[in-house]
Amino acid sequence: MGKWFKSGSPWIWMTSGAVSVCLIAVLGLLLLIAWRGLSYFWPADIYQWEIEDQNNVRSTIIGEVYDREEVPVERLLSAGHTFDADVGDTVTRYLIKTGNREFVSLDFRWVMETDIISRSKPNDIAVIERSKNGDFYGYPVGIIEDGKRLTPDNIESAFAEHIERAVALNDKALDIQKGDIGTINYELENLRLKSRKYELNNALTESRKADIESQRAKLNAQYQIVEKEFFALKTEAGRDSVIIRDMRGEEVVLKLDTILDVTYANRLGILGKVGHWFIGIGKFVSDDPREANTEGGVFPAIFGTVFMVMLMAVIVTPFGVIAAIYLHEYAKKGPVTKMIRIAVINLAGVPSIVYGVFGLGFFVYMFGGSIDQLFYPEALPAPTFGSPGVIWSALTLAILTLPVVIVSTEEGLSRIPSSVRQGSLALGATKAETLWRIIIPMASPAIMTGLILAVARAAGEVAPLMLVGVVKLAPTLPIDMNFPFVHLERKFMHLGFHIYDVGFQSPNVEAARPLVYATSFLLVSVIVALNLTAIGVRNHLREKYRSLEH
Amino acid sequence: METQVSQPGSAAKNLLINNGTSRRAIMDKAAQVGVTVGGTMVFVALLLIFFYLLYVVKPIFDSAEVAPVASADYHDSKPALMVGSDEQNEVMYRVSQLGKVDFFDTQTSQLVRTEQINTPAGSHVVSSSAAMPSEQRFALGLSNGQVIIAGVEFGVTYPDNKRLITPKLRFYNGSAPLTVDADGHALNHLAFDYSSDKMSFVYQDDNKVWRISRQEGEENMMTEEVEWVSYSGTIPDAPVNVQQQLMTPDQRQLILSSGDKLFVYDIRDAEAVSLRQVLELGRAKAKVTNVSLLAGASSLLVSYDSGLVQQYFQVNGDQGRQYQEIRDFDNHAGIKSVASEFYRKSFVTITDDGNLSLLYTTSQRELFSEKFDLKNPGTIGFSPRSNALVVEAGGKLNLFSVSNTHPEVSWSAMWSKVWYEGYPEPKYVWQSTSGSDDFEAKLSLMPLAFGTMKAALYAMLFATPLAIAGAVYTAYFMSPKVRAIVKPTIEIMEALPTVILGFLAGLWLAPLIEDNLPGILTLLVLLPASVLSSAYAWHKLPAKWKQRLPDTYQEIMLIPVILFIGWFSFAISPSLESAFFGGDTRMFITNELGITFDQRNALVVGIAMGFAVIPTIFSIAEDAVFSVPRHLSNGSLALGATTWQTLTRVVLLTASPGIFSAVMMGLGRAVGETMIVLMATGNTAIMEWSVFEGMRTLAANIAVEMPESAIGSSHYRVLFLAAFVLFIFTFFFNTIAEVVRQRLRERYSSL
Repeated sequence: MGKWFKSGSPWIWMTSGAVSVCLIAVLGLLLLIAWRGLSYFWPADIYQWEIEDQNNVRSTIIGEVYDREEVPVERLLSAGHTFDADVGDTVTRYLIKTGNREFVSLDFRWVMETDIISRSKPNDIAVIERSKNGDFYGYPVGIIEDGKRLTPDNIESAFAEHIERAVALNDKALDIQKGDIGTINYELENLRLKSRKYELNNALTESRKADIESQRAKLNAQYQIVEKEFFALKTEAGRDSVIIRDMRGEEVVLKLDTILDVTYANRLGILGKVGHWFIGIGKFVSDDPREANTEGGVFPAIFGTVFMVMLMAVIVTPFGVIAAIYLHEYAKKGPVTKMIRIAVINLAGVPSIVYGVFGLGFFVYMFGGSIDQLFYPEALPAPTFGSPGVIWSALTLAILTLPVVIVSTEEGLSRIPSSVRQGSLALGATKAETLWRIIIPMASPAIMTGLILAVARAAGEVAPLMLVGVVKLAPTLPIDMNFPFVHLERKFMHLGFHIYDVGFQSPNVEAARPLVYATSFLLVSVIVALNLTAIGVRNHLREKYRSLEH
Repeated sequence: METQVSQPGSAAKNLLINNGTSRRAIMDKAAQVGVTVGGTMVFVALLLIFFYLLYVVKPIFDSAEVAPVASADYHDSKPALMVGSDEQNEVMYRVSQLGKVDFFDTQTSQLVRTEQINTPAGSHVVSSSAAMPSEQRFALGLSNGQVIIAGVEFGVTYPDNKRLITPKLRFYNGSAPLTVDADGHALNHLAFDYSSDKMSFVYQDDNKVWRISRQEGEENMMTEEVEWVSYSGTIPDAPVNVQQQLMTPDQRQLILSSGDKLFVYDIRDAEAVSLRQVLELGRAKAKVTNVSLLAGASSLLVSYDSGLVQQYFQVNGDQGRQYQEIRDFDNHAGIKSVASEFYRKSFVTITDDGNLSLLYTTSQRELFSEKFDLKNPGTIGFSPRSNALVVEAGGKLNLFSVSNTHPEVSWSAMWSKVWYEGYPEPKYVWQSTSGSDDFEAKLSLMPLAFGTMKAALYAMLFATPLAIAGAVYTAYFMSPKVRAIVKPTIEIMEALPTVILGFLAGLWLAPLIEDNLPGILTLLVLLPASVLSSAYAWHKLPAKWKQRLPDTYQEIMLIPVILFIGWFSFAISPSLESAFFGGDTRMFITNELGITFDQRNALVVGIAMGFAVIPTIFSIAEDAVFSVPRHLSNGSLALGATTWQTLTRVVLLTASPGIFSAVMMGLGRAVGETMIVLMATGNTAIMEWSVFEGMRTLAANIAVEMPESAIGSSHYRVLFLAAFVLFIFTFFFNTIAEVVRQRLRERYSSL
C-alpha cells in the first residue's frame, strides 16, 4: 500500500475524481433544470385524500402532490407533533397544491403520511385554469346561464361549450383593449405633447388650439364607442357561471370571465397528457404573464430578450469588426498595439455590473438626458430617453460584448494565411480590395462565432440590465402598431430578470417556482444552443484553414 | 500567428494612379482612414468607461468653496443674537440681542426692512435666546417675567412671473407676551425651545435661582382650541456663573456651561429636573469659548480659545447614556464663534483674525480654511440650503456663497472605523438610506469590500482545487477522444447565465443544504475516501479483469462511484441528524454551538459561485498544462521518473505561470459576480468570516441600491466609486494574468 501511494497513482485518481465531480455538476445542473422545467407542463394526477389530523378532525383534500420530503421524527416531536403508533425514524411529508386560493387560507399545505386515511384518484375532478387566483380543483355540478340554473345531461361538454364561448369573447375584449384603446390613448398622449410643444415655442395659436381640441374630441368620441363595445363584450363573457363542488363539499359559483380552460387530468391517457404537455409549452411561450408574473406565459420576456439582443448585435458587429481589422491589419505592431490588445481582452473580464453603472450614468442620465432636453422638451419633466430603456440596454451590452467580438474576429483574421493576402496584393488589388473581397469573407465564420458568443453572453446578462432598462412588467412591447412602430425608449421584459423577479420578488414563491424552472430551461437551452453553434462554427473553421495552410 | 503584410511602396501607388485607377487608390486610402478612425474610436469608447467613472467619482473628494458675495452695513455694538438668510439667499437678516431685526437685500446691499419688537410698558429686554438654526426662531426675556417668541419668515409670491421674497416676523403665542415667571422676576440667561404643542423656558431669576417653566398644549377635541397647561420647577445644583445655556429641540435636555464644566440636566419632567452628568472639559491652558449643538441636536461642539473643537455625544454605558468625547478638530487659534448647518453635520468656525474654516464631523474632514478680511467677527449663520453663510464682522453683514456638496464622504470615512452618533463604539457601517429625515448616511465601503472578499474566498476555496485537478487530469492523462467531449462540456458552464445559478443556489441549494447539513459533512469526508478506495480496489484487481476495461476511462468509472456516494450521504443525513444533532442540525448549530445560521450563507455562495468560476480556471489551466511541450515530459519519463513525478516536478512547474493566471482570472470573475451573490445571500452588510452567515458584496450592493439613488448625490457617487474599485481591481488582476500568459506562450515557443 505504501508503495502504491509512492507511485503517485492515488493522486492521479484524485484528479480524475475532480473531473468526474465537475462533469456531474454540469450535467446534473442541466438535467435538473430540464427535468423541473419540463415537468411543469406535464398534467399531474389529481388526488383526493381523506385526512385525520392531530386533533382528530377529519377533512378532505383535493390537489396534486407538489413535493415530498422525509422528516426526522424527532424534529416533529420537538415541534409538538404526537404520533399514535411507532412510525420509525422518519415520516414522509407531502406538499400538496390545493388551489382554490380565495376559499381556503393556504393554497399549499404540508400533509403527514401518518395523517392520511385514504387516497383516491376520481376521474371526474376538473382542473380549472383561471386568470385570477390560480387553479381551482373540484367536481363540476351545474351551469348558470344568464341567471338560470341548468343541469344538462352531459355536464362536461356543456362546460366546455360555455367556457369556449366566454374565452372567445374575452379574447375579443382583450384585442380591443390592446389594439384600439391602446392606439387611442397613444394618440391622445401625442396630442397633449403636441400642444405642449406649441406652448413651449410660443406658437400655440388659436387655430392650432382649436385643431388639437377637435382632434381630441374626435378621439374621445371614438374612445366612448370602443369602450362601450369593450364593456359589452366583458359583460357578455361574464354572463354565465359554473357551479363546482370543492374539497370542502360546498358548491362554489365561478364566473366564466375568469376561467381560461378546464381539464380532467385523471382521465387523460399518455397520449392525452403528451398533447397537453405540448399545448402547455406552446401557451408558455406565447402567452402574457398573469398574476404578478407567477402564472401564464413569458412571451413579452422572450420578445424583449430577443429584440434587445438583436439590437445589440446590430450595434456591436460593425464596431467590433472594424476595431479588430484596425488592430490586426492597419495598426503598427508595437508595444501600444500590444497594450491595447491586452486591455481589450481584460475588458471582457470586467464585472458586468460596472458596465451597468457606466450605462446608467453615461447613456441614460447624460446622453438620454441631453436628448430629452434637445428633442423632447415638451414631455419634460417626464423623461423620454432620459430613463432606462431598451436602446440603452442594447448599447450597454454592446460595449460589454465588444471585447468578445474583437477577440474572436482578430483570431479569425490571424488564422488567414499571409500567402492569401500576398497573392491578392501581387495580383494588383489594393489593400482595401483585399480586405473586402478576400479577408473579410474568409474571416466571416470567425465574425459569426464572435457574434454568436456575444449574443449568448448578452442573453444571459441580467445585472447591468437591472440598471439600464429592464422591468418586471412592461405594459407595452417595444414594437407595436403605433407610429413610429419601434419604440426604442421603452422599458422591456427579459427572461433572465424574469427569473430573478419571479423567484425572489414575487409574493407567492412556492406557486411561482415551477414557472421559474421553466423559464430557466428556456433561457439555458437558447444559450447552450447558441454556444454549441459557436463551438461548431469554430471547429469547422479550424478544419477549413488547416487544409489551406498546407 | 502574426502576419506582417508589406505595404505597397510609393512607386507602386504612383503606378496605380498613373494607370488611371485613382478611384481605387482613393478608395484604398479612404478605407484605411475609415478603419483607423473607427478602430481608434472604439478603443477611445472603451477608455471612456474608465474616465467617465472617474469623472463621476471625483467630486466627492473635492474640497468646499467659500467666496464672498455681498455685504451690508449695520449699526450695533453688541454681537447679533442670530444671523441668516432666506432659502434663495436673496435676503439676509440680523437679529440683535435687543430684538431689533434688520433685513438686507443681498443684490443691492440695502436695508429693506427693520422690525423692532415692542416690549410692554415698563419692561425691557434682559436676555435673549435663539433656537436651533433650522427653526429660525428666537425669544426675548423681559424684566417683568414675560417672554416674546418670534421667528423670521419669508413669504414667496410670484407677481408678473417674477419671484418676490417678502421678509417678515412671525409672533408665536399671539402678539401678547407670555408670562413665564409668575412672581414677575426678570428672565436672565434665557434658554428656550418651542414646538406647536410644547414650549420650555429656562432662566435665572433675580435671586440667581435657575428655573424652568413649561407650557404644554392640549387640543380640545370639541372646539379644536389649544389649552395650555403650565408646569414649573427649579433646576437643582446649578452653577452660579453660567456662560451659556442650551436646550435640545426635543425639550428633554438642558446643558449649562460653566467654566470648564458642562452640566447636563434631564428636563423631561419640568417639576422634577435632575442632574444627569457633569462633564469635565478640562483642557490644560485652553479656555472654553463656545458650546453649541450640531444639526440633529445629538452632538455638542465645544470650542476652545486654542483653536481646538471637540465633538461630544451620548454613548450608552454603565451609567446610562453619558456624553463622551468623540473626536477633536485642530483649528486656528482664537475661535470666536461656531455655527452648524441646518441638516447636515457640517460646522463652520471663525477666529478673531477672520480665519474661516468649514469642517464636517463624521468624516473628520476640513473642507475649507481661508483667511478673509473680516475684522472683529461676531455671529455666523448658515442659509437654509447650506449654500451660503452670513457672517457679521466690523459693522458689516457679509454673505458668502458656499459650495459644499459631499462633505460626508472622505477616504478615511469609507475605509476606517467611524464613530457615528448613537453608536456605542467606532464601527464600519454601510447604511445608505433610512425612513427618518434626520438620518445620516453611513457610507463605509469596508463591510462591502469585506463581503466581496469573503464571497470570493469561499468560491475560490471550492473551485480552485476542483478546477486545477480537473484541468491537470484532462490535459495530461485523458485520452484525446474523451477530452474532446469533456472540455467543451465543462466550458459550456461558463456560458450558463449566472442568474440561473443564483436562482438554483437561493431556492434549491440553500434549503437542500440547510436540511442535509450532516450529509454535506459526510460527503466532504466520503468523497475523497471513496475515490481512494476505488483506486486501491482497481490497483488490486487481477490483471485479467483490468485488461477488459481500458485504463483511460478512469474518469468515467468514477462517475457511478461518486453518484452513489452523493446519494448515500444524503440518504443517511436524517439518521445522522437524529443520532448526533438531536434531530435538527440547524437548531444544534444555533443553540449548542452558538453560531448564527442563515439559510442563504457563505457556504451556498461558495458552492454556487465556485461552479461559475470552475470553467474559467479549468479552461485556462487546461490550456496551460496541455501546451507544455511533450518532449519535456517524455524526457523526464525516459529518465525513469513516474508519471506523477513527471507531472509534479516537470509539467506543473512549467505550467505554473499559466495556472497562476487561471486563478487570477477566476478571482476576477468571483469578485465581480453580481447575480449569484444577490440571490444566494441575505445581502446584509456584516463583517463575519463565518461560513454560516451571509454577506453583502460591492457588486450586489450596486445592483440593489443604484436604481434608487438620486443622481449626483453622495450615495450615487459612492456607488460609482464602488464600481470604479471593482473595475480597477478586476482589470489589475486580469492584466497580471494576461501578461503572465503571454510571457508563458513566448517561453513555450522558444522551448
